[in-house]
Amino acid sequence: MTGERTLFDKLWDSHVVAELPGGSALVAIDRVFLHERTGAAALNSLAEAGRKVADPSRVFAVTDHIVDTRPGRTDQTLMPGGQAFITETRAAAKAAGITLFDVNDPDQGIVHVISPELGIVLPGCTLIAPDSHTCTQGAFGALAWGIGSSEAEHAMATGTLRLSKPKAMRVRFTGRLNKGITPKDMILTLLAQYGAAGGKGHAVEFAGEAVLALDMEGRMTLCNMATEFSAMSGFIAPDQQTFDYLEGRRYAPEGTQWRQALASWQELGSDAGAVFDQEIEIDASSITPMVSWGTNPGQTIGIDAVVPDDAEAAPLDYIGLARGQAIKGVPIDAAFIGSCTNSRLSDLRRAAALLQGREIADGVKAICVPGSSRVKREAEAEGLDLIFENAGFEWRESGCSMCFYAGGESFAAGSRVISTTNRNFESRQGPNVRTHIASPETVVASAIAGMIADPGELI
Amino acid sequence: MAEPFTILTSLPMPLIRDNIDTDQIIPSREMKSTGKTSLADGLFAGWRYKEIGGREPDPEFVMNDPAYADSTVILGGANFGSGSSREHAVWALAEYGFRAVIAQSFAPIFAGNCVRNGILPAMLDSAAITAVERSGAPVTIDLQARTISIASGQSWTFPIEEEAKAMLLEGLDAIDLSLKLADNISTWQDADRSARPWIYLGVNT
Ligand code: SF4
Repeated sequence: MTGERTLFDKLWDSHVVAELPGGSALVAIDRVFLHERTGAAALNSLAEAGRKVADPSRVFAVTDHIVDTRPGRTDQTLMPGGQAFITETRAAAKAAGITLFDVNDPDQGIVHVISPELGIVLPGCTLIAPDSHTCTQGAFGALAWGIGSSEAEHAMATGTLRLSKPKAMRVRFTGRLNKGITPKDMILTLLAQYGAAGGKGHAVEFAGEAVLALDMEGRMTLCNMATEFSAMSGFIAPDQQTFDYLEGRRYAPEGTQWRQALASWQELGSDAGAVFDQEIEIDASSITPMVSWGTNPGQTIGIDAVVPDDAEAAPLDYIGLARGQAIKGVPIDAAFIGSCTNSRLSDLRRAAALLQGREIADGVKAICVPGSSRVKREAEAEGLDLIFENAGFEWRESGCSMCFYAGGESFAAGSRVISTTNRNFESRQGPNVRTHIASPETVVASAIAGMIADPGELI
Repeated sequence: MAEPFTILTSLPMPLIRDNIDTDQIIPSREMKSTGKTSLADGLFAGWRYKEIGGREPDPEFVMNDPAYADSTVILGGANFGSGSSREHAVWALAEYGFRAVIAQSFAPIFAGNCVRNGILPAMLDSAAITAVERSGAPVTIDLQARTISIASGQSWTFPIEEEAKAMLLEGLDAIDLSLKLADNISTWQDADRSARPWIYLGVNT
């Protein structure tokens, strides 16, 4: 008994309200974030049961999932019946007294992009949202994870959740990334090497030199896909970069409370002798640009690799590739830059830097969707929108957009899309659409070439 | 609040594929309702109907086989319910009439959603699942005893957390259970409010 604890132990222990029979615990939830896809269902069901949101000041909602992203948008959306989700969420949020970032609010954006922008997620806090990519926000040293609507109701009514503690895993990226290699390539490498179920039953701490070297936006990209690794969540110990990012944000503490918070946040790291249930180490300098070839994110290879000889038939059949086929050079129909994985200002800057003075290939439909209205404004202030548009990309209002298909807008049936999103499931981006996930750099290089391409050849 | 789950006998509908994700259970485009109902028509829509968005049953899909019309149990593969956390997948299953899924393993969010909606997620190993499928006969699930048996006399035990078991057996609502601890929660929050005042946005602004 050393008393040495992991970051996960600290996050967990500091929120246990009561131990429950059978080994689970009642865990305090500091923040709840809803979106319009399921927000009305959760809030209305709570109200119908005669229950109240215990502390509305700590519950937020946003319209991001099915809201239109074409310019000049209103409550109208291309998803059939979609408008009702927006108007009912608005009404339910108002009735419950929670803060809503509405369709044309200057702070609107994808939930996992705006929560950090507003300082809603903080180190050491627990934050849940009925969305599996909530783990993105673990980048701030928070315990943030996706839940179902019933659990959202539970958290809003009681300020807690009933949970069994997952095991602790540490994934260390040692050494340094090579030039042009991104956090997206890091997480895809982990998925390629350890599979889409590799983190099952675990809460994953990302650590190591290459992780600490990432800026906050890169850390969010890394944590974003912890759910693709089947982990309960992913997180990174907060450091000076984390604190600098948060200072002055709207919901972040100020003055004495800021100093008090800092003192407490500085304790948030795994103790030197802390023991993990599982440890993985990856040499960051060995990472290359990565692209998925199949229909789960673990089915991913390096840009210079070929589809594995032991690839299963079903995903190959869907994606239309053969064993032994090189991924580089596969013709594409469309390119998508967006989603809570890769739609922040730094992603758009790096993409624009490669696009500058170039044009995308004929016949490629290319779309860029900033992750938040703030990202969009900041990008426009730097003229990035013009670079995208001049190169042949559409420039959109912020939202989830074509990261997923809700029955509205999609890529043409059967088309092949290279995408900065996080899921390459069958029909994720539209009926029979074939998705290859990759970094913004790889998406841009491919859009220019009209086929899957190595961004290293553009730099 | 769900119907208590005690003993259930049903011919299980075999859908033994690995990684059936929530988008396959109910495609996003079928989540047309802003509530928890009117979702059953969208259940397994991508496989169940001939065309995307259509309603003409595909006779090839097991759900459209009249033999399974009254099944209340699904026999699945590994990692059942992976992908998006959408609870609509479970609401659609419940509304259609399913009360249990027997599978090799479950995605955790999905399994939690099942329990909260009165559906039993029961894990059996693949040999047992194959044996159940081959028997082609009804299974009897006894939650109290944690057993799944078939008429031949073969029987297996499945694991389930005590709390999930109690909730399903009694049809208990998790919120009611937790609200019984309201005193613990407010004591904890009072202490936390002085330790971490910045977490409490309503009282510090
Ligand atoms: S951008 Fe995509 S993955 Fe992220 S929250 Fe929206 S739909 Fe989910």
